[in-house]
Amino acid sequence: GRAWLSRAEPRARGGRRGEQEEEEEEEKEGEEEGRCQLYPGHIPTSPLQKALLAAGSAAMALYDPYRHDMVAVLGETTGFFVLPKLRDKMKHHPEGYRILQERPRIRLSTLDMAGLRGLPDGSLGREYVRFLEDNKVSPDTRMPPKFVDDEELAYVIQRYREVHDLMHTLLGMPTNMLGEVVVKWFEAVQTGLPMCVLGAAFGPVRLSARKLQVLATELVPWAIRSGRNASCILNIYYEQRWEQPVESLREEIGIFPPP
Amino acid sequence: LCGSVRGLAAGPEAHFGFQSVTEAERREKIYQVFESVAKKYDVMNDSMTLGIHRVWKDILVHKMNPSPGTLLLDVAGGTGDIAFRFINYVRSIRERQLQRRLKHHQNLSWQEIFESYQADKSKSLGDSQVVVCDINKEMLKVGKQKAEHLGYSEGLSWVLGDAEELPFDDDKFDVYTIAFGIRNVTRIDLALQEAYRVLKPGGRFLCLEFSHVSNPLLSRLYDLYSFQVIPVLGEVIAGDWKSYQYLVESIRRFPPQEELKAMIEDAGFLKVDYQNLNSGIVAIHSGFKL
Repeated sequence: GRAWLSRAEPRARGGRRGEQEEEEEEEKEGEEEGRCQLYPGHIPTSPLQKALLAAGSAAMALYDPYRHDMVAVLGETTGFFVLPKLRDKMKHHPEGYRILQERPRIRLSTLDMAGLRGLPDGSLGREYVRFLEDNKVSPDTRMPPKFVDDEELAYVIQRYREVHDLMHTLLGMPTNMLGEVVVKWFEAVQTGLPMCVLGAAFGPVRLSARKLQVLATELVPWAIRSGRNASCILNIYYEQRWEQPVESLREEIGIFPPP
Repeated sequence: LCGSVRGLAAGPEAHFGFQSVTEAERREKIYQVFESVAKKYDVMNDSMTLGIHRVWKDILVHKMNPSPGTLLLDVAGGTGDIAFRFINYVRSIRERQLQRRLKHHQNLSWQEIFESYQADKSKSLGDSQVVVCDINKEMLKVGKQKAEHLGYSEGLSWVLGDAEELPFDDDKFDVYTIAFGIRNVTRIDLALQEAYRVLKPGGRFLCLEFSHVSNPLLSRLYDLYSFQVIPVLGEVIAGDWKSYQYLVESIRRFPPQEELKAMIEDAGFLKVDYQNLNSGIVAIHSGFKL
């Protein structure tokens, strides 16, 4: 056991509890959560906490769309049915299986930006870097998962987040509200993640009428068709395909050319 | 005296919420918590307590009942809640004094009335002063910004300092307050000794802090709310689960009413007493240096 007593603060501890009870309290705390930390950054949560988090993050994300962390939390707390299915899809596909094994990460530290920039126009690598620069975004701003209670599923959702920018590139959509909504529709059809469905349904709330029209008549139908037709986007080892032309990759996956 | 091997090697044992850490680690972690929450501190207080913390602080200042000319030291005063209430209270007392005086002096000449207005205007606080002392730069920064925004400038000063080792001379202050701060002090006994030292003879010590709920049903509900809802609020509003997990754990670790009373008496204070608010969710402890 741990020896607690130090003369320095005989009374400044939780005085009414003895050493034994404190340890029990800590164990009880752990048991109540049912789990311990499964990966760095993991915060175990009870079902009630997950429900409150889901509701709170949904409300906050609508209230302040710049709270990307809230969108991430919403995805984690509502994804527990869908994530296992996605993981299985990956497991049963040769490329997806390799991704699960090797766990590649898309981060500035792992990408060779200069090399990618040097690739020919129209290649995946070149267009991806162009997308990052045009929209002034970086792959490092993706939140690591906190509330997913399975280490492999945490990687799956992390992969989904890191691949999101590549989705923008493949779909040719910018990072403004309109572009994000279109990508969400595509992802909703592709992954079935409740967070994508909610984002797709509620995202348009903040768009102007003109944009809504374009969205409804052209972009969303195209996104849905592409999403349905395409194979699982998580099963592509993008890091090994930087030289592949975007159009060829689109064809291979089954994404229709953007309108 | 027994200490774990870790304790002997790295320093005295302390706790950070439910974790076991060294004293040095605890100070560092707590500093980081408040650095992280400073900007959202007030919003979170309102959300977690549904605004009731304002009432608790009002009660503290009313209990203090400061008269104009009082010199207050507000320790761990961070964002200034107690200091601003103190200033408001003293100002309103002053105004009432002014009105009363005017009523009694109905037959003054215009010149005399004018002069008395001039004199009083420059002393709207009547020489009362509050020094806000906090160990955390971020919290002080937020406090200063708030003061500017709300228009508090007179009779208010901000000092960076450690409750366990205050940068003030002996026997200086009329009142010492520490509201929701003593829980975060690592050596409470030292902080109490310092409080005793800097107070004038006759001075009053007031501590407002989360305490222990004895009613079992209420205690269960309070625990449920604390552990299930508050960290979620922290994540949603401030994007910071861990700091608010620390908050609720540190409340559970803090000594209950009677024990704190004994510690205050140990530091030399007399007539030590406490008042429970909301069945012990919060308590105000009071003592005098006599």
